Amino acid sequence: MDEEYDVVVLGTGLKECILSGLLSVNGLKVLHMDRNEYYGGESTSLNLNQLWKRFRDGDKPPERLGSSKEYNVDMIPKFMMANGALVRVLIHTDVTKYLNFKAVDGSFVYNKGKIHKVPANDVEALKSPLMGLFEKRRARKFFIYVQDYEDNDPKSHEGLDLNKVTARDLISRYGLDDNTVEFIGHALALYRNDAYLDEPALDFVKRVKLYAESLARFQGGSPYIYPLYGLGELPQGFARLSAVYGGTYMLGKPECKVEFDENGKAFGVTSEGETAKCKKVVCDPSYLPNKVKKVGKVARAICFMSHPIPNTNDSHSAQVILPQKQLGRRSDMYLFCCSYSHNIAPKGKYIAFVLTEAETDDPRVELKPGIDLLGPVDEIFFDTYDRFEPTNQHDVDNCFISTSYDATTHFETTVQDVIAMYSKITGKDLDLSVDLSAASAAADSEE
Amino acid sequence: MARTGGNKNLQAKLVLLGDMGTGKTSLVLRFVKGQFQDYQESTIGAAFFTQVLSLNEATIKFDIWDTAGQERYHSLAPMYYRGAAAAVVIYDITSMDSFMRAKKWVQELQAQGNPNVVMFLAANKADLEEKRKVGVEEGEQYAKENGMFFVETSAKTAQNVNELFYEIELSFESMSDANKLEAI
Repeated sequence: MDEEYDVVVLGTGLKECILSGLLSVNGLKVLHMDRNEYYGGESTSLNLNQLWKRFRDGDKPPERLGSSKEYNVDMIPKFMMANGALVRVLIHTDVTKYLNFKAVDGSFVYNKGKIHKVPANDVEALKSPLMGLFEKRRARKFFIYVQDYEDNDPKSHEGLDLNKVTARDLISRYGLDDNTVEFIGHALALYRNDAYLDEPALDFVKRVKLYAESLARFQGGSPYIYPLYGLGELPQGFARLSAVYGGTYMLGKPECKVEFDENGKAFGVTSEGETAKCKKVVCDPSYLPNKVKKVGKVARAICFMSHPIPNTNDSHSAQVILPQKQLGRRSDMYLFCCSYSHNIAPKGKYIAFVLTEAETDDPRVELKPGIDLLGPVDEIFFDTYDRFEPTNQHDVDNCFISTSYDATTHFETTVQDVIAMYSKITGKDLDLSVDLSAASAAADSEE
Repeated sequence: MARTGGNKNLQAKLVLLGDMGTGKTSLVLRFVKGQFQDYQESTIGAAFFTQVLSLNEATIKFDIWDTAGQERYHSLAPMYYRGAAAAVVIYDITSMDSFMRAKKWVQELQAQGNPNVVMFLAANKADLEEKRKVGVEEGEQYAKENGMFFVETSAKTAQNVNELFYEIELSFESMSDANKLEAI
């Protein structure tokens, strides 16, 4: 490793691996190291033995849960929007050929104590028990407006400039009530709070469109897809991409100390007495703890079950969003369930996560409303982790630090961070205008 | 992963294992393109080949995975082994060290791969007889002990290269007859 590199990447989490892959493809000489012996960092998938080692101080997992090797439990569980940014990155880089995907069965929202399917278009709106008779018709009109809206077709804009009109004004034009606005904003547009209501409506409309178009792609019950064998496959796939384009991989490297010159600019990384020189350092927050600040905390419960989440129509994989106001909270809560049908657990076993941005120090109490929806669980782990954001200036220190993964159960925020970092590192924009049907073909050919 | 399509069309993932410089990429290039270069660069840019072989009534589409250099610092990802129907472990007959390392790769494969993976041991660079450090019997003996097929190959002269892949296909065919492929 005593060579000189364009970029040294530290940590093999998903964000770092996507960046490593994109940078290698872009022709940069990349050295990618991780202090752990395994790929994935915080976004790895663990088997039972690894889970028990981490959360139960080395106790052996109970035999009734089956073979350890058959489990791939995500540490950062998320689904991928079928037409979303991550799928675009996967197609752009051709990493799809290393992975197999399957549609997620269901997408739900919690309302007044009950779980409902998320209605995403005019037809579903008319059937949804989430709304009364007149509200259904209003929602139907709103969905038709969104479906027909095209950026480059002024006729479809109905005289509204969505760069100026706020989401709140657009909604009031259709007379939607707060209840409807809540599920559209949080379960379709995937906003984490209500600040969007006072922003230009264009982003809101595009998000709702993305959901509806993703849903239409696979004729499944949700707009989401998920890789067989768990999300831990994603960093591995991008790491392979990076290696194929000349990236060098070293796991189990202790320390990984970033070296700075007298002007505070990073010029290399030292591990085991050797220093790899480089022009830039890319890393997750744990490698440069002095250049990040804590911005929040995620509380989560990992639950082992022998049944799907009740009232989700027997979905073997599902997302349920519990909007903040339904629980009297400041942040949404998310349920994520996956199972043997995605090869992440032995036959008949399900893994559910309950996640939220922590507002207290007691995840057990805080996550209870979500856990109560799961029915009996075979095993449960509680955990919290801190979220960090970089505080450095990359033009001063040559360091590019990713933001910790948030509590959402989808990838949209993750990819936004990656794309922004890519532009900062290379000074180029990432062109993600790809032929999305490539993904549909890849996904359709499986199973 | 080996899968049956209709009418005996099989798809199978094949992985190559072995230390740097043993000739993994050269063997595949010889098989897929019929080419050989004396100074094949370390693998960059292409680490995924497909090749269709027809034999008797069956057609097999091989997805061949090369290590992309990730074997160099032992950072090969678990996904590499995932669903592999066959693995070719390669050593260089002029390097005892590469033979010792091949044994480590076999152990790694037994730990990480699926239990039904068909394993082949290829003793490559058989054209360099005058520099030979690993005897034929040594390779044969080790392969036998570990239930592997054994063959001495040369990507340079093409010796036994097609035969190796022909053997792999034969082993798939007999497996698919027993309907085992789908179980993988």
